[in-house]
Amino acid sequence: MKRRTVLAGIGAGLAMPHIRPAEAATVVGVTKTEIKIGHTIPYSGNASSYGVIGKSHSAYFKMINDQGGINGRKVNFISLDDAYNPAKTVEQVRRLVEQDKVALLFNVLGTPTNSAIHRYVNQRKVPHLFLSTGADKWANPKDFPWTIGWQPSYHTEGQIYARYIQQAKPGAKAALIYQNDDFGKDYLNGLKDALKDDFNKVFIKVLTYEATDATIDSQVVSLKESGADTLVSACIPKFSAQLIRKAYDIGWKPLHCMSNVSASVGATINPAGPEKAVGVISSQYLKDHSDPDWKNDAGMNEWRAFMAKYIPEGDINDAGYVFAYGAVQSMVQTLKQCGDDLSRENIMKQAANLKHEVGVLLPGISVSTGPTDFHPIKQMQLTRWTGTTWERFGGVLASS
Amino acid sequence: MTQSNSRFLLILFVVAAAVVPLVFASGYQLFQLTLVVAYALSVLGKNLVTGYGGQVSLGQGAFYAVGAYTAAILMEHFNVPYWATLPVAAVVTGMVGLALGLPALRLGGLYLALVTFAMAVAVPQLLKYKLFENWTGGVQGIVLNKPDAPFGLPLDPDQWVYLFTLSVGVVLFVAATNLVRSRIGLALMAIRDQPLAAEAMGVELSRYKTLTFGFGALFTGVGGALGAIAVGFVSPDSFSIALSLTLFVGMVIGGASSISGAVYGALFIVFVPNLAEEISKAIPGAIFGVILILFMFFAPGGIASLLSAQMRRFRAAR
Amino acid sequence: MEGVLHQIISGIATGSIYASISLALVMIFLATHQINFAQGEMAMFSTYVALTLIQAGVPYWGAFVLTLVFSFIAGMVLQRTLLEPLARAPVLASVGAFLGLLLIFNNIAGWIFTYTLQPFPTPFGAGAPILGGMLSRHELGSTAVTLVVLTAVWAFFRFTKLGLALRGAAYNPVSSRLVGIPVARMLSLGWGLAAAIGAIAGMMVAPIVFLDPNMMAGVLLYAFAGALLGGITSPLGAVVGGVLMGVIENIAGAYIVGTELKLTTALVIIVVVLVFKPSGLFGKTLANRV
Repeated sequence: MKRRTVLAGIGAGLAMPHIRPAEAATVVGVTKTEIKIGHTIPYSGNASSYGVIGKSHSAYFKMINDQGGINGRKVNFISLDDAYNPAKTVEQVRRLVEQDKVALLFNVLGTPTNSAIHRYVNQRKVPHLFLSTGADKWANPKDFPWTIGWQPSYHTEGQIYARYIQQAKPGAKAALIYQNDDFGKDYLNGLKDALKDDFNKVFIKVLTYEATDATIDSQVVSLKESGADTLVSACIPKFSAQLIRKAYDIGWKPLHCMSNVSASVGATINPAGPEKAVGVISSQYLKDHSDPDWKNDAGMNEWRAFMAKYIPEGDINDAGYVFAYGAVQSMVQTLKQCGDDLSRENIMKQAANLKHEVGVLLPGISVSTGPTDFHPIKQMQLTRWTGTTWERFGGVLASS
Repeated sequence: MTQSNSRFLLILFVVAAAVVPLVFASGYQLFQLTLVVAYALSVLGKNLVTGYGGQVSLGQGAFYAVGAYTAAILMEHFNVPYWATLPVAAVVTGMVGLALGLPALRLGGLYLALVTFAMAVAVPQLLKYKLFENWTGGVQGIVLNKPDAPFGLPLDPDQWVYLFTLSVGVVLFVAATNLVRSRIGLALMAIRDQPLAAEAMGVELSRYKTLTFGFGALFTGVGGALGAIAVGFVSPDSFSIALSLTLFVGMVIGGASSISGAVYGALFIVFVPNLAEEISKAIPGAIFGVILILFMFFAPGGIASLLSAQMRRFRAAR
Repeated sequence: MEGVLHQIISGIATGSIYASISLALVMIFLATHQINFAQGEMAMFSTYVALTLIQAGVPYWGAFVLTLVFSFIAGMVLQRTLLEPLARAPVLASVGAFLGLLLIFNNIAGWIFTYTLQPFPTPFGAGAPILGGMLSRHELGSTAVTLVVLTAVWAFFRFTKLGLALRGAAYNPVSSRLVGIPVARMLSLGWGLAAAIGAIAGMMVAPIVFLDPNMMAGVLLYAFAGALLGGITSPLGAVVGGVLMGVIENIAGAYIVGTELKLTTALVIIVVVLVFKPSGLFGKTLANRV
């Protein structure tokens, strides 16, 4: 039976879009002493700034192995470069699945890259766990039962801002600026879903920029000219910093809701100038190393100790390291729960049966999943920049 | 070696290229080889424009993208079978190439390099533009189904796609060989090497330059369509400027003024990044850069010219 | 109406960023007849060197001068070790080497200096912006620096023997050698100067767009386009072309086609200009010799 299942997977699996319910346990990439985990991320090319996440995972699994592994098994973590090119991701993931025969894929980074392998991994029935992307489509257990995300989705965050604006500033004349790709577009869709027909009434100006632009000063000027008094921005740190500075310079002081992607003090607020960002609203789920509130926080100190010992040369202000440290906890928890049954079916079952705390998540936010709940982190916390710190307000918000 | 001998060797090589991987290569390796063929066709298109036509194009990735999207849109929205998308992709990219070849006529050298470079930057932005979003899938792109082997052939999809891609590749490589040996090819090389003399002898500069551009785009476009079928996914991020630069690297490494160079170049751009990664995970991009520069030092005319120089030496020694 | 004015001023400020890199491209073209695709990455790397010096306690202008010296020497060394051996190889081999350099500088910078966005200090003071916030002090100052560099480059080529020798060596190496110009030395000098000008550009750009290893990715295409629009043989043309790029881009994005198509539109305009005036607005036609 087992052999037949495997053969069916190899022979017809690629061609068949239908996912049959798992019949028998498939154990791949696991020995008595080792489990193989696959991962891809851009170590080269334009998106190589994300490479720190892969570096962090490698270091973390090294630590786990130094401590004796998980349930007595060492983790063999194979992390490959895909240069953020979907064609390369397919090639590398196929290598991991077919040649290296990994048990599962963990934290593969990027929306276009994961889209390219989405169907493949589900046909092959390879657990595709805790993706490093905030798109909403990963939470679809019915059609894609082998894929599960991790972080709160950008779509949810857009909805949170829409509700916040409606409540904090009724009658707002709002503007939106987003990066013209899947990341930015998700905020637009989230806002539209929350506001429905009111979107066109509330939002009087919607602009985009390209990740390859040099500056977005021109857009900021246009946004101000539109007469908007409220701003939602879905930008990466470089452009958020430009946006905050330029708005300040031209004397435009809207109620500014800024994407969580840019909430880093080190990467956005400090370059822009902490005094220029006063009053900026964001929503967060991770703790920020440079926030004085977490100076003596137990969860963050654990992370700092890990960084000091395993990645001493790493830039402590890079939020990628905190994100990676959080995501890998869910991976380890899943494997712990699996016990000795490391079949792909059981790995997926345990990934969809999580309930655990993570030290680097904000108070009140935790990881939980279920057979029909593929959104591991559902809560976010609104925060306001005071000039020296992110002040949390309004309690933890859950996605609807 | 006589000509019929070398032709026999070539046929033997092609048959081996088809049969050996089918028997020995895994699905993953077949996928890599399929990409090699798709890139080889794209580099070949670049060789025609730059190596034979003497015009520097930095934006061949744009044609690759147009070919890939043509195939994807036809398959997704019109239910056209994958094989039937190739002629359409060829015609569409050929036409786009001709249209862009017209201004290219007036702008030689650096200016053409800029226009093509800019085109490669602009195409992904156009692909996600809201007017076309319904067709292109916008920023999300299009996911495609992998084709099955027809007529109940006992091949899995990877084997079939490789065989199919290789067959198309062989046909187009033969066509390109005939093209450069034809009147057009001779005229092109005359223009490249002695533009003034060629014009004085009555070669119509403008017509041939535009034609080359069109043919170059066509080959690259078919490569893009085959790549899209193999990968099963297209999105604006798949065709960033990095792709154009990669194809450029393939051309200079393989040897711009040769047909076979395209194959060496494609092997390089598929396999050397993996090698660079093996050497250093911390700086794979820099390692790739170093390997590239070393190749430029030891084979400045590309691998093809290095090989043919060796061949000549070998024959002279005999 | 104020909006239009604001867009134009903002466009000039952004355009002067492009112009500063355009100048470096023109410099190297005049000195070597090549376009160096690694120019932007070299400038970025120099800027990191400056930042490292400043963080080590060197005062701004001291770090500025040291960085120029470093970049000048590094440019000469690169030319000697990498491009000199390729002098007799096909042109494409040099372009391949440029791309290799681009990858190396980008990846090494990320490795050494990390990818985290860094603020870079401005020498022009952090005081309140002028013209009702339309122009920051740094934008004004960096535009002035670009103009000073432009004047210096123009005077160098126009009035000094060295400048003439440099152009001669690039334009016709064989004849130059016959009249006693040390061509090889001239070429490395050209690389050194271009690298130094790039370093100035990098240090002027970084306070505006912030410093990270991909800082120049968005600038290089515009700089390239600006240089060709103005005329690749003319320093003045490079600056005018770069500034025009900034203004065209802003006006097209804000009022005509929207932000999604502003780059495409700007490029179409340039191609149209070049079709009617192939040597650019200020460039001289390079005569073809039979």
